[in-house]
Amino acid sequence: MNRKHTIAILVNDQPGVLQRVSGLFGRRGFNIESITVGASEEPGLSRMVIVTSGDDRTQEQIQKQLYKIIDVIKVIDVGSSPMVARELGLIKVNAEPAARPEILGIVETFRASVVDIGANSMIVQVVGDPDKLDAMVELLKPYGIREMSRTGVTAMIRGSR
Amino acid sequence: MSAQSATLKSKEELIEKWSKPEVITGSEMLLRSLLLEGVDCVFGYPGGAVLYIYDAMYGFSDFNHLLTRHEQGAIHAADGYARSTGKVGVCIATSGPGATNLVTGIATAYMDSVPLVVITGNVATTLIGSDAFQEADIVGITMPITKHSYLVRDVKDLPRIVHEAFHIANTGRKGPVLIDIPKDVSAAKALFEPVKEVHLRGYNPTVQPNRNQVEKMIRAIEQAERPVLLVGGGAIYSGAHEELFEFVTKTEIPITTTLLGLGVFPTGHELHMGFPGMHGTWTANTAIQNADLLINIGARFDDRVTGKLSGFAPQAKVVHVDIDPAEIGKNVPTEIPIVGDAKAVLQVANTLAKRADKADAWRAQIRQWKESKPFSYTDSDTELKPQWVISMIHETTKGDAIVTTDVGQHQMWAAQFYPFNKPRSFVTSGGLGTMGFGFPSAIGAQMGNPDRTVVSINGDGGMQMCAQELAVCAINNIPVKVAILNNQVLGMVRQWQELIYDNRYSHIDLAGSPDFVKLAEAYGVKGFRATNKEEARRAWEEALKHPGPAVVEFVVRKEENVFPMVPQGSTIDQMLMGDSE
Repeated sequence: MNRKHTIAILVNDQPGVLQRVSGLFGRRGFNIESITVGASEEPGLSRMVIVTSGDDRTQEQIQKQLYKIIDVIKVIDVGSSPMVARELGLIKVNAEPAARPEILGIVETFRASVVDIGANSMIVQVVGDPDKLDAMVELLKPYGIREMSRTGVTAMIRGSR
Repeated sequence: MSAQSATLKSKEELIEKWSKPEVITGSEMLLRSLLLEGVDCVFGYPGGAVLYIYDAMYGFSDFNHLLTRHEQGAIHAADGYARSTGKVGVCIATSGPGATNLVTGIATAYMDSVPLVVITGNVATTLIGSDAFQEADIVGITMPITKHSYLVRDVKDLPRIVHEAFHIANTGRKGPVLIDIPKDVSAAKALFEPVKEVHLRGYNPTVQPNRNQVEKMIRAIEQAERPVLLVGGGAIYSGAHEELFEFVTKTEIPITTTLLGLGVFPTGHELHMGFPGMHGTWTANTAIQNADLLINIGARFDDRVTGKLSGFAPQAKVVHVDIDPAEIGKNVPTEIPIVGDAKAVLQVANTLAKRADKADAWRAQIRQWKESKPFSYTDSDTELKPQWVISMIHETTKGDAIVTTDVGQHQMWAAQFYPFNKPRSFVTSGGLGTMGFGFPSAIGAQMGNPDRTVVSINGDGGMQMCAQELAVCAINNIPVKVAILNNQVLGMVRQWQELIYDNRYSHIDLAGSPDFVKLAEAYGVKGFRATNKEEARRAWEEALKHPGPAVVEFVVRKEENVFPMVPQGSTIDQMLMGDSE
């Protein structure tokens, strides 16, 4: 059965490491829904978070194949435990002055924020799990979304683990 | 061999000579590092980006450098050297086209888990990314086909990188490692200090197995009525042939060895069933399909072995021993996974193993299958049959040669009719199926095994993909014996077009190939041609007696097919048996 999986990968902060990981997904036909990379808690190591989908066997293969990359230090199946998953979205939406109060209402409900206002548009910044971003996008669509940029999910297991 | 005339010093002397900390160039560091890894022979081809490295090699005699005539020849030679010796094969090429000419060879080694350290030059770091003359992103190009790769940005890292590369190439699941050295790095100077330790947090292969898993396997053997051992190249690479022999002697489980596993167990042994798969024995395939326990040691359930996956070994409980955890469960669902080195696993297993007592009827059945369905062909008095030629080569080399092959029909016939009894004696491109591999790999095998007879069996197609390396044999007097089974056609493609594509022979005619005797002679290599058995035996025996390299062209029957054959998409018990059907 195809399911969504969120995995975190601790990698050496080396040139080409993103290419090694993404290339592996590409050539073995593993799906990437989103990928984020940034610094980790340890100097010299980066943390990638990849959201992928596939059956359990694919999921097992993904983890095993990732471990074959020398620059991969650790693979964590974040999604198998209770986790915090967050994504940031910037949405530039049409906002004639007349429409602004309504849009601000939506922004407030989602605990989002307005980070830029232009003559007839504004940029809304929203943070949350991907479902929340999807919902926000749906609600802003009627006003006309000019541009959207989503970071992809970054995630962590809850608690002290 | 003049190429081997370099006086090789003992490891201790080398370490003393080269270990002295000193400020030297990257090129000199590279050579010293190679020596400290025990390298005695490298295969290469110079060019602009490796000029500093070749300059450092000027007058250098601590290891041999063999100048091939094409980079592809160099890497296949390094591969043949590695497969036949167990040591890491090393080759050097320049940037751009030199490096890209290595790609097929890297992929060949990667697919068959062969330890290579591949050194390429690159344009200077200041030019990288500018589409400079002879620039290619070889690290990027080869990422999917290397175990690991390095672009050396700082000369100070070079000793560590070389040491890591050898460690990675020849431990765990072995494979090719690329080191790309920009020209300015090979020229730059720094303090050289030998690196003796490896710190790789992300690399720690599991060698020793979990004992509980091995015990599970032993219990499964006790229960099994129809057990089969399937042993692959991993057992050869881990040097497990003695442990395997002990295991089979103790358990008396019938064994089949894959194409890359041939030689790890004596082919003539009463429990050996030959190799399985597309052109394997009827017995091995039928045994796998009827087995209730299938123990895979160091094979990866390649599609040429399994045939139609969903119908493979339908009744078997599967045990899979592999040093690469990713291979376990990749193709075939596995009840008892055992991650570990084949040798280490068998050492543990041998302390526990008992005879598979419930399998007496099975052993009798297999004996009967083996007798009734051996590999066979219809011999001819008028035409030279390729199978006969292989048998004659086997007989005249007393079964003791290192045999390298190219890819195609002759490869399968070599596997079928040259029974191997020693590991590292059969050098063949199994996974990638690389034409052009057969002949240059023999050069490497001969360099690594100067005292053994090395025979290279080729078709008329593959021979023309690396024939230029005849020059290397002639100049260095490398006494490889080259057999060309000339059927004037791309035989395996012809066979498929006959059997599967309804006799539509599309672009397979190789008539008009050069006269191979003249071709050999043009390079200064002794050439022979044979069109019947008498000529064949005489020419071959003369070639064997000749102290230098020799080429024997056997003009064989064009229409001959390889049987048995499992058509693609069928289960492996659905075999076309050909004449003997």
